Amino acid sequence: MGNFEKKIETFITIFFEQGGSAKVLEGLENTLTIAITGLIIGILIGTVIATIRVLPKYKLLPRILNAICSFYVAMFRGTPMVVQLLVFYYVLFPIIGLKMTSVQVAIMVFGLNSGAYISEIMRGGIQSVDPGQMEAGRAVGLSFGTTMMKIVIPQAVKNILPTMGNEFIALIKETSVVSFVGVTDLYFAFNSIGSNSYEFMVPYLVMAAIYIVLVLIISLLIKLMERSLQKSDRRS
Amino acid sequence: MIDVVNLRKSFNKVDVLNGINVTINKGDIVAVIGPSGSGKSTFLRCLNCMEDPTGGSIIFKGVDIADMKVDINEHRRHMGMVFQHFNLFNNKTVLQNIMLAPVHLQCKDLKKQMRQNLINSILNMFRGEKNKKEIVQITKNKEQIKREAKEQAMTLLKRIGLEEKANAYPSTLSGGQKQRIAIIRSLAMNPDVILFDEPTSALDPEMVGEVLELMRELAAEGMTMVVVTHEMGFAKEVANRVIFIDEGVIKESNSPKEFFENPQDPRLKDFLAKVL
Ligand SMILES: Nc1ncnc2c1ncn2[C@@H]1O[C@H](COP(=O)(O)OP(=O)(O)OP(=O)(O)O)[C@@H](O)[C@H]1O
Ligand SMILES: [Mg+2]
Repeated sequence: MGNFEKKIETFITIFFEQGGSAKVLEGLENTLTIAITGLIIGILIGTVIATIRVLPKYKLLPRILNAICSFYVAMFRGTPMVVQLLVFYYVLFPIIGLKMTSVQVAIMVFGLNSGAYISEIMRGGIQSVDPGQMEAGRAVGLSFGTTMMKIVIPQAVKNILPTMGNEFIALIKETSVVSFVGVTDLYFAFNSIGSNSYEFMVPYLVMAAIYIVLVLIISLLIKLMERSLQKSDRRS
Repeated sequence: MIDVVNLRKSFNKVDVLNGINVTINKGDIVAVIGPSGSGKSTFLRCLNCMEDPTGGSIIFKGVDIADMKVDINEHRRHMGMVFQHFNLFNNKTVLQNIMLAPVHLQCKDLKKQMRQNLINSILNMFRGEKNKKEIVQITKNKEQIKREAKEQAMTLLKRIGLEEKANAYPSTLSGGQKQRIAIIRSLAMNPDVILFDEPTSALDPEMVGEVLELMRELAAEGMTMVVVTHEMGFAKEVANRVIFIDEGVIKESNSPKEFFENPQDPRLKDFLAKVL
């Protein structure tokens, strides 16, 4: 047990006296920035794609858009996140000559990737809304887009909130691959603390604890949101 | 008001309507009856192009709305529709259900008019004295539109005795209440005609009366109505014309008295024998 105490001491020394805490904070900030911004971009992209995919298909334009969206979704769901990160960072952006920091690239890739997944979740959500809702909106003279925005999507979002929460949690956990393109995330921060002392046990345990706490907090927030959205189901 | 000329509709090569011709005049109460699957709903849904007709035309106030080039949303504002399953917006309160379309569409018109005025006032600088285009006075703002829509909605709710439900969500209402609110939701658009698709079929028997009562009131006020119904009593007493649709065509169309007392078409005789 004495051995374990010494390990903790080593960790505390590095964490508080040798800049470990600053690294971890930076890592936490990057992890959260990438996951949250990625999720927001993903929701926007996902909603647009899902709407395109449920558009009536007897005209040419919706069909073309639909084909493009299917291709996009297939690409991003068919390759691992790490591969997408590497391709964007080392291949795509250098080719078009776009200069972006590794954090920005990570945000973009996470946004595009979660957009593909969220579009499928959202499409399921939209299809779960009674078609009568769309009909009633169209019957009073609202356009497809307006009815979608004001009536259908709010109900779809309510239906898929739990699934969206899981997507966000998955996103948080997946940020642990961004160190592949040189982003200081939680994993990178604790890994470098470990490398300083050749002692990985405590840093990795603390890292696991932080991830768990993050996920628990998010789960709680989602529960609260669900509850407040359920007011239209309650008797008044 | 509505001229239906040789209306045809098929779903994936299956013909449902095979040439329907009918004229609906202002103030008409037309009851549509017929066996299940005969195309009554399809006919009604073609009237406001919820289903796009495969052929023929729907002339509504002089415009053929079956033409895919017309802005159908513009015309639907003047045709209310009431559904079998009410279809109140589940994520909106009763008041919001009634106000949503009037407020949204009037605000949209307002924005459009303001844009138009701006363009005209700029172009007028380059137009000669005689060619100047009129700048339309804008008399309302968003707040006024909302206030008036709310007043109207509350008046309508009072009329059906449900003003205390203004802030309730649809999930908390009975079927009869939902349907009556769905009816005043379409009234709030000040439509020229209201289309009803079996408005009482999904109701518990004790709630049918209150909905029919409201429809009778509308009829008495001169609202033009097309009602697909299984309520033969309503067809007899309230309608001024009854139409029998079978096999995708109108087999008989007559005043209620003639229609029920002296039916001509053999299929109609069969049908009446079964339902009466
Ligand atoms: N969207 C659709 N796609 C394919 N077929 C349809 C569609 N809507 C209706 N039909 C078919 O068209 C026929 C007529 O249907 P419609 O709903 O108009 O009948 P109805 O007279 O209203 O019957 P009911 O009294 O049962 O309501 C039916 O055979 C139905 O299966
Ligand atoms: Mg029907």
